[in-house]
Amino acid sequence: MNDLFRENILEHHRHPRCHGTLADPDVTFEDANPLCGDRIRMEFRIRDGVLEAVRFSGQGCSISQAAASMLCEHVEGRPLEEIRTIGRDDVLDLLGIELGPVRLKCALLPLKTLKAGIWGLNQWPDEEEGAS
Amino acid sequence: MNATRATGGGTGTAPPPARTAFDPRVVRAAFPIFSTPRPLPLVYLDSAATAQKPQSVLDAMDRYYRTCNANIHRGVYAIAEQATAAYEDARRLVATFVGAASPREIVFTRNSTEAINLVAHAWARANVAAGDAIVLTPMEHHSNLVPWHIFAAERAIELRFIPLTGSGELAIEALPGLLADGRARLVSFVHVSNVLGTVNPAAEIGRIAHERGARVLVDASQSAAHLPLDVRALDADFVAFTGHKMLGPTGIGALWGRRELLEAMPPFLGGGEMIREVSLTASKWNELPWKFEAGTMPIAEAVGLGAAIEFLERLGMDQVFAHDRALAAYALERLPEVDGLRVLGPPADRRGGVVAFTLDGVHPHDVATVLDADGVCVRAGHHCAMPLHEELGVPASARASFHCYSFREEIDALVAGLHRARRLFPR
Repeated sequence: MNDLFRENILEHHRHPRCHGTLADPDVTFEDANPLCGDRIRMEFRIRDGVLEAVRFSGQGCSISQAAASMLCEHVEGRPLEEIRTIGRDDVLDLLGIELGPVRLKCALLPLKTLKAGIWGLNQWPDEEEGAS
Repeated sequence: MNATRATGGGTGTAPPPARTAFDPRVVRAAFPIFSTPRPLPLVYLDSAATAQKPQSVLDAMDRYYRTCNANIHRGVYAIAEQATAAYEDARRLVATFVGAASPREIVFTRNSTEAINLVAHAWARANVAAGDAIVLTPMEHHSNLVPWHIFAAERAIELRFIPLTGSGELAIEALPGLLADGRARLVSFVHVSNVLGTVNPAAEIGRIAHERGARVLVDASQSAAHLPLDVRALDADFVAFTGHKMLGPTGIGALWGRRELLEAMPPFLGGGEMIREVSLTASKWNELPWKFEAGTMPIAEAVGLGAAIEFLERLGMDQVFAHDRALAAYALERLPEVDGLRVLGPPADRRGGVVAFTLDGVHPHDVATVLDADGVCVRAGHHCAMPLHEELGVPASARASFHCYSFREEIDALVAGLHRARRLFPR
């Protein structure tokens, strides 16, 4: 379990990338995990099918906040069609850890928020892929 | 009836320790989970969520299944009689344990939640009308909020709340005002908060409510397991509690209710066992308490709860409570050593063995994960009390809670783990 606090996660937690708000967002979306009170708000600026800018804010555990930071850094500047294919395993690869079912929700909340904000997809990314 | 008692530690292995010697290390030896080999010793500080089970409880359930498993109140053959006797023995043990006037006042349920839902469905539907009010508190577990939300939405019932004080206790001086217009039919509140540890003045609340014509429901989920509970001294009408926090198995709990109220209430669930007579289009209800026990009940679990109660009675609930409170006092003394730690709730002399806290700048999930690396189990989250956390202005908290098998060195391990969390997540 000490693995959960690998340096990359602590580093993103202490110094989150893409943190804050946008002056002129096209979409703003907020979601929460009621089980633990994690909350993520994301703002997106989209131009010609590209996610030009993304910013997040919120509160929660180091896993949810680090996952948001890593995910935003990963998707900013990419075409939407590419972002749409991102799934559970991609987030876990970014984090570089394995997670039990409870903490998995923490890690996937940012991706859920992103997909709900841009495409209105409102299910957990692991359910989408038929896993649980 | 030539019934074999399947309950009780009398014939089981590892009998509970004698009443006179309360030593948590001796008590702990009766709980096999602590001697199960694992990489790190188990520091279990989550007894408010569910308690560990002594060998005598496991044995009683095992013995029931091995020797007399049969459906109750139906078969006339020997093991069916034995199973029925074991189940009804358990009810008698519960009745004595909580000071009920008769075992008929003890209705077995799945847990406290089901017991509260039983009152919401069977009693409230017959006794609370549109325009009436129900008084609750902000420190309720969701199990004593959501059933009333559902009911209030159905009937246009007003929900009122006894306010909290700054120390996380109930401002009961506000209660007479909440009852003044005579519209409140029920005051339903938690005896011991599962987050703050606050021991509420149940008898006083009961007296004030009764003086103004309201009925009283006490959620004793945390108290039945940890302090001497006497339902008649509480001045309540209904008391809900659950077996798995009382060292018993999951899937069994109970509602105590005043006999005349239970008699007058319509049933809760319909089905087998709860009826006296059934025709194609109508039924007559069984007598108490079976009127409220539809379908095959968790028989082995009731037997296990009976054994748990025998175990607790041999320890003495006064000693269990004194032990819990001493641990809470020690935790309250040690925890503030950790930089940025804030304890929620009142001083030790007004709480049970529950201590919830926040660590500034560290999410409770992260606290619990750091502690887990040392084998220390604490709960993190809102502990099924979201409105309370809202009221306290924190999104979540971490919680350590104790039982008869807990000891001081485990709190030392908790504090050491919290120092480690602080170093990992500097302020």
